[in-house]
Amino acid sequence: MPPLLEVRELVKHYPLTRGVLFRKQIGAVKAVDGVSFALRPGETLGIVGESGCGKSTVAKMLVSLERPTAGRILYKGEDITRLSGRALKAVRRNIQMVFQDPYTSLNPRMTVGDIVGEPYEIHPEVAPKGDRRRKVQELLDVVGLNPEYINRYPHQFSGGQRQRIGIARGLALRPEVIVADEPVSALDVSVQAQVVNLMEKLQGEFGLAYVFIAHDLSIVRHISDRVGVMYLGRVVETGTDTEIYDHPTHPYTQALLSAVPVPDPEVREQRERILLTGDVPSPTSVPSGCRFRTRCWKARERCALEVPLLAVPAAFRDTHTPARHDSACHFAEERRVVPGDTRGQMG
Amino acid sequence: MLLEVRDLYVEFRTRDGVAKAVNGVSYSVDAGETLAVLGESGSGKSVTAQAVMGILDTPPGRVSGGEVLFRGRDLLALKEDARRTVRGAEMAMIFQDALSALNPVLTVGDQLGEMFVVHRGMSKKAARARAVELMDRVRIPAAAERVGQYPHQFSGGMRQRIMIAMAMALEPALIIADEPTTALDVTVQAQVMELLAELRRELGMGLILITHDLGVVADVADRIAVMYAGRIVETAPVHDIYKAPAHPYTRGLLDSIPRLDHKGRELYAIKGLPPNLTAIPPGCPFHPRCPRARDVCRTDLPPLYRVSQDRRSACHFWEETVDASSA
Amino acid sequence: MPEPDPYQNPKEAVAPTGAGGAMDLAMSEAETLERDGTGRPRSLWSDAWHQLRRNPVFLVSALLIVFLVLIAIWPQILTSADPLRCDLSKSQQGSAPGHPFGYDTQGCDVYTRTVYGARASITVGVCATLGAALLGSLLGGLAGFFGGWWDGVLSRVADVFFGIPVVLGGLVFLSVVTSSTVWPVVGFIVLLGWPQIARIARGSVITAKEHDYVQAARALGAGGGRMLLRHVGPNAVAPVIVVATIALGTYIALEATLSFLGVGLRPPTVSWGIDISNAAPQIRNAPHMLLWPAGALSITVLAFIMLGDAVRDALDPKLR
Repeated sequence: MPPLLEVRELVKHYPLTRGVLFRKQIGAVKAVDGVSFALRPGETLGIVGESGCGKSTVAKMLVSLERPTAGRILYKGEDITRLSGRALKAVRRNIQMVFQDPYTSLNPRMTVGDIVGEPYEIHPEVAPKGDRRRKVQELLDVVGLNPEYINRYPHQFSGGQRQRIGIARGLALRPEVIVADEPVSALDVSVQAQVVNLMEKLQGEFGLAYVFIAHDLSIVRHISDRVGVMYLGRVVETGTDTEIYDHPTHPYTQALLSAVPVPDPEVREQRERILLTGDVPSPTSVPSGCRFRTRCWKARERCALEVPLLAVPAAFRDTHTPARHDSACHFAEERRVVPGDTRGQMG
Repeated sequence: MLLEVRDLYVEFRTRDGVAKAVNGVSYSVDAGETLAVLGESGSGKSVTAQAVMGILDTPPGRVSGGEVLFRGRDLLALKEDARRTVRGAEMAMIFQDALSALNPVLTVGDQLGEMFVVHRGMSKKAARARAVELMDRVRIPAAAERVGQYPHQFSGGMRQRIMIAMAMALEPALIIADEPTTALDVTVQAQVMELLAELRRELGMGLILITHDLGVVADVADRIAVMYAGRIVETAPVHDIYKAPAHPYTRGLLDSIPRLDHKGRELYAIKGLPPNLTAIPPGCPFHPRCPRARDVCRTDLPPLYRVSQDRRSACHFWEETVDASSA
Repeated sequence: MPEPDPYQNPKEAVAPTGAGGAMDLAMSEAETLERDGTGRPRSLWSDAWHQLRRNPVFLVSALLIVFLVLIAIWPQILTSADPLRCDLSKSQQGSAPGHPFGYDTQGCDVYTRTVYGARASITVGVCATLGAALLGSLLGGLAGFFGGWWDGVLSRVADVFFGIPVVLGGLVFLSVVTSSTVWPVVGFIVLLGWPQIARIARGSVITAKEHDYVQAARALGAGGGRMLLRHVGPNAVAPVIVVATIALGTYIALEATLSFLGVGLRPPTVSWGIDISNAAPQIRNAPHMLLWPAGALSITVLAFIMLGDAVRDALDPKLR
């Protein structure tokens, strides 16, 4: 199947300037520095990484809220990064976003009906005027809200309900792609499950493709078909959920997975923990070669000189194991760090 | 027993009426033990801790009943200046947001040293030397050089280490950590939790860990108390609770989180929302969301039933719940 | 045989069909909506109004302002005399039947002049505030919204106007004016007042535009006009309203100051400032001449500042 959305060598640098009248560039924040991936129709691509890895900037570029410094975003083969005006507006119908914070992503001065109906005002060709109220009510029903609450204001709803309103707004134009940036991280545990289930249900109903961005590795595994791990503006490893979680080959992925607390006290003694030292370097001065080398226990001279490419490592190229997937490490090795389920097989 | 909270009640005056934040909470911590208090927002887990520390905002908050026995002495009966000497020296607290808990205009060295100047009457110079020692102990690299820096010059993980150093400074017998790693990235979170556990072992302190994260609890706690709507609904040794929860709310929480080790199918979602604290439902506060609720749950508030010697559950149907969980 | 565990079948526990699921959620929604008591849809504006109505400070100041506005429009409600008909023979006399506040130096009735003085003060205050608020929020709002060089230029220009000392500026600019209408004074106050409003408007537009809902509108393809008018504007306007209300009181005081100094309103316009200026030298002989116009001025200024305070309390998002 041809990809719906393809990202090639995407770069976003924010210039650092000095001076008021005569601005001089003294450096750049390399928020995203060469990211490539593809999204196929109806699938979920999870993107994980810690704060500052550039995952949110990628999300903003996908929905054209930020213009990339370099690179291309192909939607059905067409580069959308240089579009403007009517053409951009048309593309926006098909790529929508769900935001992290349900408290700041809804305009407090507008009713729920106006918020969910706004897409139709901006794109009047989608729904004739007389039809809009009914369409909005349908959408509220679809996301599990009472359609009668169309005249209420956002502050009358709880966090989980507000996130449903945000999802309804994202669905209004019937997009093919929804980019969700940490859609459940601001919600309580018991409400997170409701929203995750809703998103999965809607994916089936509307045939949506999701780019699901999160720092919670468990939720990403649950919802994603494929996963990309980001570190300091680059993707370091991609693969199916099994490939990444059960057969990681990049040391950063391994450290990240081993650090996630597992809700099972039985595994705490038998678990192997990789404790990384130090902090993530600043994106204004990224290390040469492999960006992870300053915190990597395997780093050697080569890592400082040569940027590792995101490809199947040579060691696995001729094998047929799940370790055969893209990993940007010169010394990729498989290492199992997620403990097996000791609670007995559920489901 | 190091700390014993007995039948604690806390209420808040709000625009919509009196919010009953804590409704008869009892728990205890021994020296060297880690008790995890687990709950969602509004469960009363942090308010209980604030009442124990004596840092509750009054007004609008008010402790309306109960006792907080620290080494047998009721802290709630003490005068404010007597409590102040207990705070810091005998019990200390670590907060979620280290940046706002540290004073931005003082160097970390000054803030760490202040503990020794105020409580131990040390000279400024001696206090500074102790500050460097402390920073070394919480493994802040180049402590001697960084002691003169300001909080914003440290990363989130390093700031949380400074907070831990500050809490440890006077070697208190009890530490209360309120969501200490929630704001941190997973890799940093693991480092900080590891440090906290190690220091607790070395100093033999009691630790109350307040969190919403079932993973963090499973990783470090000895015992766990699950809170809902200002009450403890279940308390048990950590292994028992994960194996077979005795309260439907605990069970629901465990089933609603996705797993790291396999993809799993549709998540169980606890229906509805946590209750409004100004109008907690009658009977069992969890009954509107509970899949096991029956008539008795709508009318009778369940007491903490004895499940086994060290387990309690506030569910009329705890036996059913345990059976179903272990089946 | 243990009974079936509801957790083992999430489908069943959550609800078997889509309709059932919606019902579950509807139930929980009803719970939240009960929390605000009425369950009626209430916008933030109507919430603020609800709170204002119960605030005694608001009620007192609003009543006063309504009263002042009424007598500014129809001074005849309170007096049938002509403020310009004076009788020198009654110069500086105290209160007399039908003339409760006595007479001023020119022998004019102080009561009538105090009543008529409201017109000038309210006119200057309201017009200057409207002008400054419109100009300030337009320029400040655009600067905040678009940023860049436009923002830089505008902020520097505002700084220049901010730097002009009000009284000195008034003496210089207004002394060359010969008109005896209120417009030169209004114009001068607008000229010096807009930078304050512009700064507030710029700041609150910058805050409002950072919110995700503005990004969400952009992601939907909304144009600049829609974002500014529907999303940024309505959320940035509250601080401007508060500052403008308080400024109204200070503008009235400023008009009186300028008139006192002889560069504001000129006779035959009736103004509290002019009357205070005329009364000041006679404060020992005839304190009543000063007392009434000065008292009226103070109460008017206070009423507007109190109103601004009450509005701020009602609109402050931190209270909700």
